[in-house]
Amino acid sequence: MSPDNYVYLAAILFTIGTIGVMTRRNALVAFMSVELMLNAANLVMVAFALARGNLDGQVATFFVMVVAAAEVVVGLSIIITIYRTRRSTSVDAASLLKL
Amino acid sequence: MITLETLAPVAATGMFDVAWLMIAVPAVSAAILLLFGSILDRVGHWLAVAAVLFSFSIAVCLFAHQLLVAPEARAVGVVLFDWITIGSWKITVGLLVDQLSILFALLITGVGSLIHIYSVGYMAHDERKRRFFAYLNLFIAAMLILVLADNYLVLFVGWEGVGLASYLLIGFWQHKPSAAAAATKAFVMNRVGDLGMTMAVMSMLALFGSSAFVDVNARAGQLSPFWATTIGLLLLLAACGKSAQVPLQAWLLDAMEGPTPVSALIHAATMVTAGVYLVVRSHAIFEMSTAATTAVVIVGTVTLLVGAWIGTSKDDIKKVLAGSTMSQIGYMMLAAGIGPAGYAFAIFHLLTHGFFKANMFLGAGSVMHAMDDDVDMRHYGALARVLPITSITFGMGYLAIIGFPGWAGYFSKDAIIEAAFEHSTLVGVAALVGAGVTAFYMTRLMLMTFFGEKRWREGVHPHEAPKLMTVPLIILAALSVIAGFAMNFWIQDWLEPAVGNHVVEGSLVPGPIGWATLAIVALGVGLSWWMFGTKPVPEIAPVSSNPFTVAGRNDLFGDAVNDTLVVQPTMVLARGLVANDEAIIDIGADGLGAMFAGLSTQTRRLQTGQVRTYALTMTVGALLVGLVFILSQLG
Repeated sequence: MSPDNYVYLAAILFTIGTIGVMTRRNALVAFMSVELMLNAANLVMVAFALARGNLDGQVATFFVMVVAAAEVVVGLSIIITIYRTRRSTSVDAASLLKL
Repeated sequence: MITLETLAPVAATGMFDVAWLMIAVPAVSAAILLLFGSILDRVGHWLAVAAVLFSFSIAVCLFAHQLLVAPEARAVGVVLFDWITIGSWKITVGLLVDQLSILFALLITGVGSLIHIYSVGYMAHDERKRRFFAYLNLFIAAMLILVLADNYLVLFVGWEGVGLASYLLIGFWQHKPSAAAAATKAFVMNRVGDLGMTMAVMSMLALFGSSAFVDVNARAGQLSPFWATTIGLLLLLAACGKSAQVPLQAWLLDAMEGPTPVSALIHAATMVTAGVYLVVRSHAIFEMSTAATTAVVIVGTVTLLVGAWIGTSKDDIKKVLAGSTMSQIGYMMLAAGIGPAGYAFAIFHLLTHGFFKANMFLGAGSVMHAMDDDVDMRHYGALARVLPITSITFGMGYLAIIGFPGWAGYFSKDAIIEAAFEHSTLVGVAALVGAGVTAFYMTRLMLMTFFGEKRWREGVHPHEAPKLMTVPLIILAALSVIAGFAMNFWIQDWLEPAVGNHVVEGSLVPGPIGWATLAIVALGVGLSWWMFGTKPVPEIAPVSSNPFTVAGRNDLFGDAVNDTLVVQPTMVLARGLVANDEAIIDIGADGLGAMFAGLSTQTRRLQTGQVRTYALTMTVGALLVGLVFILSQLG
């Protein structure tokens, strides 16, 4: 099979994710965009693994998913903490770590 | 040029092997006194006295041995150990016990012993007596290293050692700011002389590859005139610093801040004569350069007049004696500069001066002891009755220094004056005038101190000093009387192998110059009697507009000259450097710092705290990296 369409789809998803991270103020949406980028990468790896007929890409995908799950735990807890103190999840407002 | 046969010293045998104990015992005693602390407060001074008496006994034994053996076997070299071995230079530490150094060793340990004993009485009530005696022993050890060394580098160790001891003892009463300042002044001015010494020794090492007296004397004849003059002048600079000769004379008068036994031992009898020793010891070099010997003669002549001049105008008894010391050392320098005709007389006068000046300084100490440490002669008067021993012993010193016929100074100083006339009439006349002025100021001192009316302050009850102090005075007074006669016919022959002097026939009947000297001395005494003996002495120094008096009272403006020529230019230079530091170097360094601070402020602005900006930056970065990879693949 040809991986072309999978790669196109992954590129589109990745671009959407990137633009989302760069443009959205809501931390939750930015977070979802990051997940979108990760899954775009996963899609590429699975597609190429299928095309090449070995399992390396599939295995790497599992690793990415596990790391992403852990990241979600930490990231969401940070976002919730920020929301509790500031009553907002705007990433622009949380800019205190600068001089 | 006169070339001299320099006898190589014979190797040490028998008791010369223990000559080093002469130095080691006072040094160890000083260390014990300093390290063992207050345990030794009560008896420490007797340990110090015993140490120096031990050195004296060794010196006497060595001297007796030298007297008994043939003249060729008198100079003995004792090699102790290798000190420095670098490349082709090998410097050994050794002692040279020859006819010259043994006389010094006898003077240092003999007069030193008497002054140690005197100090036991003089310093009896001082809280820091133990420390004082430790320093005195340190001085004895260092001075013996200086005179017994067989090369210039070891001599330099002693040279610095006596400078240190001098510094410690001038500033012994360190609670007095004037004493602390005087000690610093002496130390700093001695450093100027030491510079000359260091450079002279380095020149010798460079030219001869050795600083041993034997090698230097043997090869001095091959020196080029330039180097002979240079080394000669450098040695003269060193001698000027140590011996308080013009232009480095200013420290000696201030050095009188130290306890009086110190003035007697260090600043009259021994250390200040080290310069004369250096010049005589380096005779082989000086004989190669007329310019250098002429400089020595000029320095000596100027100093003998300057010192005498200062002596005439001071009211402080110790400062009169200090001026007198400068003046007498000027005579010795003059004799040493005259050349082979004068070496023996320089050493002769050095020895007799050591006796009578130590005697008079200790006498002055006894007077101060009686007068509650008052040094102003205008507060003295009529002390002859209450201090009979002091006044008689002082009188012996007085007769010796003015050159009364038969007393010590008569033989040694007249010999120098005659040698000076043979050298040049001008120098001879200066020496003659100096003798007259010496008679004038010493008569003034005697009259103001021991005769005339009582001008004592209230509550002062003069009393004779204890035996510990008067016995050394009596011994020194006896030496002031007999030393001249005893050595007159002997010392020239004795010193001839060591310093290469020309033996001149001595005579007890004065020649024309001798009669002229006696006449001038009588004139000085008479003038002084007329001025100070026949009229009452004012208790406050009368204001004088006489330029001679004003100059004399101000030490001939020696401090002002130093201040103008050295201190002020140094201060200007230092201020200039500070201004340069602040205006140029600091601004450069500060500017560099400020530049980086400004740069970092600008860089910091990149950190906005906006997460989305960071995301944009990362994306752009990633794109750029990707672009570079793609382009490199294409290329």
